[in-house]
Amino acid sequence: MAESAARTRATPAAERTPGAVAESVRAYRLVVGMWMRSTMAYRASFVMTALGNLAATALDFVTIVLMFSHIHALGGFTLPEIALLYGTASTSFGLADLLAGSLDRLGERVRDGTFDTLLLRPAPVLAQVAADRFALRRLGRVTQGVLVLGWSLPRVDVHWTVVNVALLPVTLLAGAAIFCAVFVAGGAFQFWAGDAAQVQNSVTYGGATLLQYPPGIFSRELLRGVTFVVPLAFVNWLPCLRMLGRPDPLGLPGWVDFAGVPVALLCCALAGVVWRAGVRSYRSTGS
Amino acid sequence: MGGFYAAVVVRGFRRFATYRVATAAGVFTNTVFGLIISYSYIALWDQRPHLGGYTEAQALTYVWVGQGLLAAMAQMGGGFETEMMERINSGAIAVDLYRPADLQGWWLAADLGRAAFQLLGRGVVPIACGALVFDLALPASPLVWLLFAAAVALGTVVSFAIRFLVGLSAFWLLDGAGVVQMTWIVGLFFSGMLLPLNAFPGALGDIAQALPWSAMLQVPADVLLQRRHGADALLALAFEAGWAAVLLAAGRLLQGVATRRVVVHGG
Repeated sequence: MAESAARTRATPAAERTPGAVAESVRAYRLVVGMWMRSTMAYRASFVMTALGNLAATALDFVTIVLMFSHIHALGGFTLPEIALLYGTASTSFGLADLLAGSLDRLGERVRDGTFDTLLLRPAPVLAQVAADRFALRRLGRVTQGVLVLGWSLPRVDVHWTVVNVALLPVTLLAGAAIFCAVFVAGGAFQFWAGDAAQVQNSVTYGGATLLQYPPGIFSRELLRGVTFVVPLAFVNWLPCLRMLGRPDPLGLPGWVDFAGVPVALLCCALAGVVWRAGVRSYRSTGS
Repeated sequence: MGGFYAAVVVRGFRRFATYRVATAAGVFTNTVFGLIISYSYIALWDQRPHLGGYTEAQALTYVWVGQGLLAAMAQMGGGFETEMMERINSGAIAVDLYRPADLQGWWLAADLGRAAFQLLGRGVVPIACGALVFDLALPASPLVWLLFAAAVALGTVVSFAIRFLVGLSAFWLLDGAGVVQMTWIVGLFFSGMLLPLNAFPGALGDIAQALPWSAMLQVPADVLLQRRHGADALLALAFEAGWAAVLLAAGRLLQGVATRRVVVHGG
């Protein structure tokens, strides 16, 4: 039964129509609304976890500030410049984590067979899984990222030309889309290796940590990996280097700094293909 | 009775040894994080070559020891406390209390078994990977490794004792997720996982070194790196043992108060 449901769900033509997108958004909002009401039942716990989320991510930045109690520049970047990298990476990742972070728990549903329930519901599966256990507390990370970004903007030496002003919000959204694609692809990967859910943490949380630091401090192999294999460099490194007027350590042509949006779209498309393949390969536990 | 708890330790070990793919995935993630942090420390120590009294090789060793101990010390969850809280919330804890085993002793034994597996399963490979990529300052003397093993064992008990107190909080709170998260954050920061405590500025560093969380990484790492050697290493072990005793006693006290709150309904 689950298999046939998976087939109808994965029919590409039905999902590409604008009606299907609207349906996905509606399903997503309904499930999110339900989880938000459920969260608010334990208000004290929500406040604590939201503050905890903010504090947890803030500690990353505190660590960097502590480092700067000993130095004036890390990898040639001053504290406000690192804060720009940190703020953009943290905001983009925080948005993606809020919207699609629940996908990293898909493995549990595959393992215990409750994914069948999602397939049987008359709503798009991806929207349901992404909204599953929606955690409003993750706003903590976004808030913290925006605060650090706000602190850095008046302190960095950037010529606020029209291009640079426009580049910043576009970068934040394209970055969030790239991380969302990673979450979707990571979720799909769990159809095959549910127990290996942790691997995606190295790209999501690891990626967000990586992007807080200037690219110049990492080895070239690592930089090539996050540019050409998992294109995290497009989340904030390349556009931020452009804003700060600094060279890119890989020496890529200048136009790639503006390639964030097409790269994000490509990532989302690829993630969608992987997701469909994952759903098609799903076999119920049968219990 | 000792044999009983030893059996619980063995089962705790085996329970976690079952999940081989998850262990491999964890090792991969620890290694990636180790790489990222290593490069940031190289940049930092490049500017300040003897920061906190560490050479660059010692700082890098610190990074990989930290990644190796992360799972064993249950610094980002994976320990028993969430399970224990679920049992308190569902009322299953009444069954545990009815058993002819001490609540704290049972969970301590199970958690030591888990820690022993994660030390081997998730600790060794990341440190080996780190040693392949970077020049690490690993000691040659077996005595230092022995002292390190003792420091790690005591650190695990301190880690357990803190998480046992956290777990007991579920007797008072309906949803313990917030407390668990706060514990992670405080633990990550004050154990030295984010930055070695000896690189913390001024009084903050002194305070952090005196708190129990330092037993989870800073103290074992300092013993391994021989920043604390001879009598000082023994003093470091005594520091850990002292905190372990105090926190275990506090857990016992709180357990007494908490279990008096348990009301078992019939039916």
